[in-house]
Amino acid sequence: MNLWLVLTINSIAMGGLLFLLACGLSLIFGLMRIPNLMHGSFFMLGAYLGVTFLRLGLRFWFAAVVAAIVLAAIGFGIERLLLRRLSGQALAQVLITLGLSLIVADSCLLGWGGDPISVNTPPALSGFTAVFGAPFPTYRLVVVLIAVFVAIALWVMIDRTRLGAMIRAGVDDPAMARVVGIPVPRLFSVVFSLGAGLAGFGGIIGAPILSVYPGLDNDMLPLSLIVVILGGTGSLLGAFVGSFVIGFLYNFGQVMFPALAYVILFLPMLVVLVLRPQGLFGTLAS
Amino acid sequence: MAQIVEAGLVIALALRNLHKSFGGLSVTSGVDLVVAQGERRLIIGPNGAGKTTLFNLIAGDLRPDRGTIELFGRDITRLPARARAHLGIARTFQIVTLFQQETLLCNVMLSVLGLRPLRWNPFVRFERQETLIEPAREALARVGLAEIADRPLSHTSYGERRRVEIAMALAQHPRVLLLDEPFAGLSAQERRDVFHLLRGIPREITLVMIEHDMDSALDLAERITLLHFGRVVTEGTRSEVVADPRAHEVYLGA
Amino acid sequence: MKASITTLSIALLVLLPFWLPNVYYVNIASQMLIWAVFALGLNVLVGYAGLVSLGHTGLFGIAAYTAAWLLTHGASQTTAALAALALAVAAAALFAVLSLRATGISFLMITLVLGQICWGIAYRWVDVTRGDNGIAIPSRPAPAGIRLEDPRAFYWASLLVFLLVVGVVYVFTRSPLGVALRATREQPQRMTTLGYDVWLIRFFAFLFSGLISGLAGLSFLYYTKFVSPYALSLSTAAGVLLMVIAGGSGTLLGPVVGAALVLAVQYIASAYIERWNIVLGTIFVLIVLFMPEGLVPGAVQLWRKSWRRVW
Repeated sequence: MNLWLVLTINSIAMGGLLFLLACGLSLIFGLMRIPNLMHGSFFMLGAYLGVTFLRLGLRFWFAAVVAAIVLAAIGFGIERLLLRRLSGQALAQVLITLGLSLIVADSCLLGWGGDPISVNTPPALSGFTAVFGAPFPTYRLVVVLIAVFVAIALWVMIDRTRLGAMIRAGVDDPAMARVVGIPVPRLFSVVFSLGAGLAGFGGIIGAPILSVYPGLDNDMLPLSLIVVILGGTGSLLGAFVGSFVIGFLYNFGQVMFPALAYVILFLPMLVVLVLRPQGLFGTLAS
Repeated sequence: MAQIVEAGLVIALALRNLHKSFGGLSVTSGVDLVVAQGERRLIIGPNGAGKTTLFNLIAGDLRPDRGTIELFGRDITRLPARARAHLGIARTFQIVTLFQQETLLCNVMLSVLGLRPLRWNPFVRFERQETLIEPAREALARVGLAEIADRPLSHTSYGERRRVEIAMALAQHPRVLLLDEPFAGLSAQERRDVFHLLRGIPREITLVMIEHDMDSALDLAERITLLHFGRVVTEGTRSEVVADPRAHEVYLGA
Repeated sequence: MKASITTLSIALLVLLPFWLPNVYYVNIASQMLIWAVFALGLNVLVGYAGLVSLGHTGLFGIAAYTAAWLLTHGASQTTAALAALALAVAAAALFAVLSLRATGISFLMITLVLGQICWGIAYRWVDVTRGDNGIAIPSRPAPAGIRLEDPRAFYWASLLVFLLVVGVVYVFTRSPLGVALRATREQPQRMTTLGYDVWLIRFFAFLFSGLISGLAGLSFLYYTKFVSPYALSLSTAAGVLLMVIAGGSGTLLGPVVGAALVLAVQYIASAYIERWNIVLGTIFVLIVLFMPEGLVPGAVQLWRKSWRRVW
């Protein structure tokens, strides 16, 4: 298989994984107005927990769902017990997430050791599927399909449900949302835990592709931040498109410009931040 | 070139066709305002008339969408707020937030420092600068706070803080002083103190005031401008404005 | 009273290699001094200007890598040191221009990205930086012929640099420019009305802060005789920010106490617990939650009844 094809496939798969990570981050950033610096930690923790569940004999998808639920609970706990105490102090909240990311990183080292852990692709999906004549590893295809499914589900939730309407209102104008009677603090807990759960889910289903290792959080966090900044905070469509764009930039960049790999990724983010620093907060619809 | 003199009077401040909108909302719509040097001008109008926005435009905290602002004949429309401070515009704020942890003296010294090259000096000791201390004490004396100059701001009353604010503005030796609701939230005695204080300001300084509290302000004002929905409804001496039926309309909705 | 405490403290510090002769502890003390300098530099922005930066490790790293590269390519110690500081200040100017358009979280994000770009370059531009392998330098400098290879000599040199930086920052915070900077933290809009150029004041503060960070980076290089991308990582940036916050941003000695504390935890905790980052992270979270002013103001409040902020 030629290099470009492999890179393309990896980019698309990476895009799917990134979306699972970035959609939650985008909602958190858009609604709570903070960059959650422990979002990569959620991804990594989900992966490690998934590994443990797999070792305990759970079936792959079941383990993934359980890991997601555990992460959602952890996220809920963090928001309710820690972040809410500092409601209104965005900078302090960001610092808390930073401190927690350090705790999680070291805890994972403590719990699972320093060696990378590889996770096997679920056997039923370990073959190839023909996509436009090209052999696409079935598992990666499934990951992308899951990402698309989650995107649609989220879009339906945000566009059609009452919860979604409240989230949209909160993203557009938090002060007004409160005035109108939307329970903003509870909304924060829901969105934060949803983001954590999705990130954790992404972590474990990404494990067969990325494996699980110390530093996974530091690898994934900047990528998801880039997606969210470029795509617009609070924008689901932006997160979706951005994830795949970054997936491509990351994979192709590593091969074509190894020395400048990170510069290529961070520079667009820097440009957006510098040119529209106050325009970090977009609306959900676009 | 701008007219500095109109009908024999030196013009301190001239706003011509000033427009400002936020989103779709027009807050200042074609305001023309001319204030002569030494005049005591009062700007009144119901809530939302655009008075504070006008102040922000004059001081430079906001840029107008259209129109010009002239200070003693000089076009300052494009100048940033700090440059206008150096040209002689000082203002007080509606919400009194000063440097809480510091003494009154220190607050006023900061005001004096703002216009001096000394503000770029990273070596000498700020507290010991006589060139700052003297004018600061003098400004505090003018507002009657000389005795408590060394008290921390957090240990002063609201009325005293409003006077500190005026002291800070006076310490800049401005040519035009913008007073944003100087009487708001004051007790009767405090209002009398501030009234005498403002009365005593020399004629070199042109005063432009926004106020809701009509009683005190009306006695100070020589000319009054009535704003409504961002437009000048009427303007003139106190008796002229009071007699004008349009003024009645604005306040009584008749 | 204050003068005698100061003199006593300085005397204790100077005499440290005599009352704590074990080389291991002397080295730890040197490290504390180096990180204290870094924290002092960062505090100029975080504490005095009110701008929280996660990108100062970029400046720290640029100084260290510049000197390391020059030293391993035949440059003299003097050239390397001067070039390192010059580049750190130039980079600080660039960082400032890009980040001072914003404040608060936007400022944090921009500096975070800038720091990460520097990290990415250190990590990936393998031809120059040797990537993960880092660059090792052959020897420490020998100013005026005094060899700093000896731990005690290096300690005294670090102490000298430390005292110098403390002195300079002390003078700065009490100067008109320093007072103006601190005022812009509370009331930027009012300061503008008073005639101050808030952006330019912050710009100079950034340069000053960058110079000190660069100095710390140089000292770090001389101490370890090695630099790797880890020095520019996000965990390092978080660590030095923790030092500033833990000790008390906005005070002169807070960052120093914070640096000593964080390093003490690192060394003591790692003797008992393998994963001391958990302890560090926990302390970080607890301080942000319960003692946002930091430890120094909290402790001083216990000592005295009325506390006037150190000018």
